[in-house]
Amino acid sequence: MADYAKPLPEITAESKPFWDACARHELLVQKCRACGTVQYYPRGVCAACWSADVEWTPSAGRGRVYTFTVTYRTQARGFRDELPYVLAWIELEEGVQVMSNIVAVDPAKVAVGLPVRVTFDDVKEGFSIPKFTAA
Amino acid sequence: MKPQALIAGVHEFPERKTAKSMLEIQALSARAALEDAGLGKKDVDGYFTVAANPGIGPLPIVDYLNLNPKYIDGTTIGGSSFVAHVNHAAAAIAEGRCRVALITYGSTSRSSGVAVGTRERISGDYLDQFEALYGTSTVGLYAMVARRHMHEYGTTSEQLAEIAVATRTHASLNPLALYRDPISVKDVLASPMISAPLHLLDCCVITDGGGALVVVHPDLARDLKKPPVRLLGSAEAIAHTSGGRRDFLVSAAAESGPRALAEAGLSPRDVSMAMIYDSFTITVLVTLEDLGFCKKGQGGAFVSGGRIALGGELPINTDGGGLSSNHPGMRGIFLVVEAVKQLRGECGERQVRDCRVALVHGTGGALGNRHSGATLILGRS
Repeated sequence: MADYAKPLPEITAESKPFWDACARHELLVQKCRACGTVQYYPRGVCAACWSADVEWTPSAGRGRVYTFTVTYRTQARGFRDELPYVLAWIELEEGVQVMSNIVAVDPAKVAVGLPVRVTFDDVKEGFSIPKFTAA
Repeated sequence: MKPQALIAGVHEFPERKTAKSMLEIQALSARAALEDAGLGKKDVDGYFTVAANPGIGPLPIVDYLNLNPKYIDGTTIGGSSFVAHVNHAAAAIAEGRCRVALITYGSTSRSSGVAVGTRERISGDYLDQFEALYGTSTVGLYAMVARRHMHEYGTTSEQLAEIAVATRTHASLNPLALYRDPISVKDVLASPMISAPLHLLDCCVITDGGGALVVVHPDLARDLKKPPVRLLGSAEAIAHTSGGRRDFLVSAAAESGPRALAEAGLSPRDVSMAMIYDSFTITVLVTLEDLGFCKKGQGGAFVSGGRIALGGELPINTDGGGLSSNHPGMRGIFLVVEAVKQLRGECGERQVRDCRVALVHGTGGALGNRHSGATLILGRS
């Protein structure tokens, strides 16, 4: 793997289980044990009821493009070198939206509603970023 | 009944590129806005500005101006901040916490080469690790809302371009505007694609700039130089990712707009002109829908055919907006300045006839993840 020039996450104790799972090529969401709500992005409390009793649960990693943009101009580190790229909100089968990139698809073929599946970009040893590609 | 705050003085810093500092811009604007009100430095007892001032929010600017306010507010919620400051100033005045509130803004985005719309959008918070990794930019986040709007409602790039065209027509009547040469829908569509479906001319300009507002207790009405503008209603809201279940086509304006109008006892039909935050053309389209000027999904048809241009049913952004006049990063203060000038009948060639009620709506942050909305309903004396 070449040097990854794009931003990397600052992993904290709160998000470590999520990123550890990504390293195993598993996408996790969270489910509240108190009220049953599924949420993304992961956090220490349930966004619906503020219970701290949230559990990690695997996502099937499948969904559809909710919306997207093909970016032609950016100052964002690393992304400037691979224009155009696709930034998207994906709606997972679990019902939550995930921001990500659509990769390995011709940007001209990306559309709202396109079925997608998660794919992991192994950016450095023990570290992978969830992205999406055509299912 | 609570005292109804008045907007007594306004000033827009005239330069679009300046050698002056952020603090200097604010000092000159503060002095001019107080002069406009017929008040002076010694009268100021409340101070409102954003944390984007260099240093620790209001501290350096209050020091620089050598003021001793009794009430201080550094609310920073993006470009709508100064619109929210008017709401906060009115609340402080109603509570007797201060009587003359000064709101200031200064920025040197253009002279310091800040790529406001396309720079890496990193805020340094926990949320970055789920968003900034993917090359988010301000324009990209708005573009995703435009794409979804097109998908759900059939909105077209031509309709979005109508907003840029009407705004440029207004800018041509404003001697201070950055760009004054008329443009066509074709020009907008032919301009470079930045983040599809938004073209360069769908995006606001980058300038230096600043300004100041003076909000006062109604008891001071007789001491003022000009007929003050009345604050009839005000409200604010935040829309966000909602745990991963968000309808990104509904903005914070859907909450703040109806609340502000209800406080004023008015409906969208009563509005003579509106100042709508125009970071991008899509911002205007979604906001007009959410404020109730048309139904959700009908924004594209609403902005077409000259309805939002001077002489139309609802003239908006008569100063030329962020799309053509100025956008130093947080444009909210200019929305209030222009609305007040319209209500005072000071706009010359671009004056809206018989302007009785103006609606101001500021948007801060990004429609495509999280943003604030602040609405003011202003009436002439």
